[in-house]
Amino acid sequence: MSLLDNAFGISAQALAFRSQRSSVLAANIANAETPQYFARDYDFKDALARAAEGYDTTLATSDDGHIRVGDAGDFGDAQYRIPTKAASNGNTVEEEIEQAAFSENALRYQTSLQFLNGSIRSLKLAIKGE
Amino acid sequence: MGISSIYQITGTALNSHSKHLDMIAQNMANAQVVAGSEATAYRAMRPVFAPLLEQGFDGDRVNGVEVQGIAASTADVEKQRMPEHPLADADGYVYLANVNMVEEMTSMIQASRNYQANIEVMNTSKDLMLRTLSMGS
Repeated sequence: MSLLDNAFGISAQALAFRSQRSSVLAANIANAETPQYFARDYDFKDALARAAEGYDTTLATSDDGHIRVGDAGDFGDAQYRIPTKAASNGNTVEEEIEQAAFSENALRYQTSLQFLNGSIRSLKLAIKGE
Repeated sequence: MGISSIYQITGTALNSHSKHLDMIAQNMANAQVVAGSEATAYRAMRPVFAPLLEQGFDGDRVNGVEVQGIAASTADVEKQRMPEHPLADADGYVYLANVNMVEEMTSMIQASRNYQANIEVMNTSKDLMLRTLSMGS
């Protein structure tokens, strides 16, 4: 984990997670009419635990000059959503739930972005000293 | 995989739902078509949606939706006695299209709602991407 990554904290990983989750939710919305399609979503608790773990597990390096690679981007597997009502064609996408989850996710994405912007502003302030 | 792949996902979804709308328009346009035999009667078209899968290094992931094929409606074909009709068979019957207008209208509303939902997803993602691009400025 490089110095810069540390400065940004978990927000950077949160942003990556939100971005990945948004595409899973978009796939659900896209397949709202597909027979036998099962809606999927990430378990935030699991993803957070993995992100926190990934925070100190990085690929081993044998030389100081090597670039350290953290395993950011591993958020676990998306789990199947348990539907609240049954559809005759076996589809478990509930449009309202997916749309609500998508807009919630977008909001949280913006939140993470805001935090990152805050960190960047502080860093800039520290660098310029004005 | 991320915000940028949403364009691929919603793009295929918009394409599929507009194909669905095309089929509905085709069905409604042909609702009054009659034929000379049961086999040649017009049957309502239904899209068969299937998820588009993309092979990733960690297993298959859904990368959109496609119209895999067109299924003909299995609803009964009604026949009507119209001996004066040029297409009537030996017994004087013509066969009507098995299009149910009410069904087509509800499908149309559903398809257009789905289309809108995907547009919404695309717009939101575009907003997020633009904000991400201007990060730190």
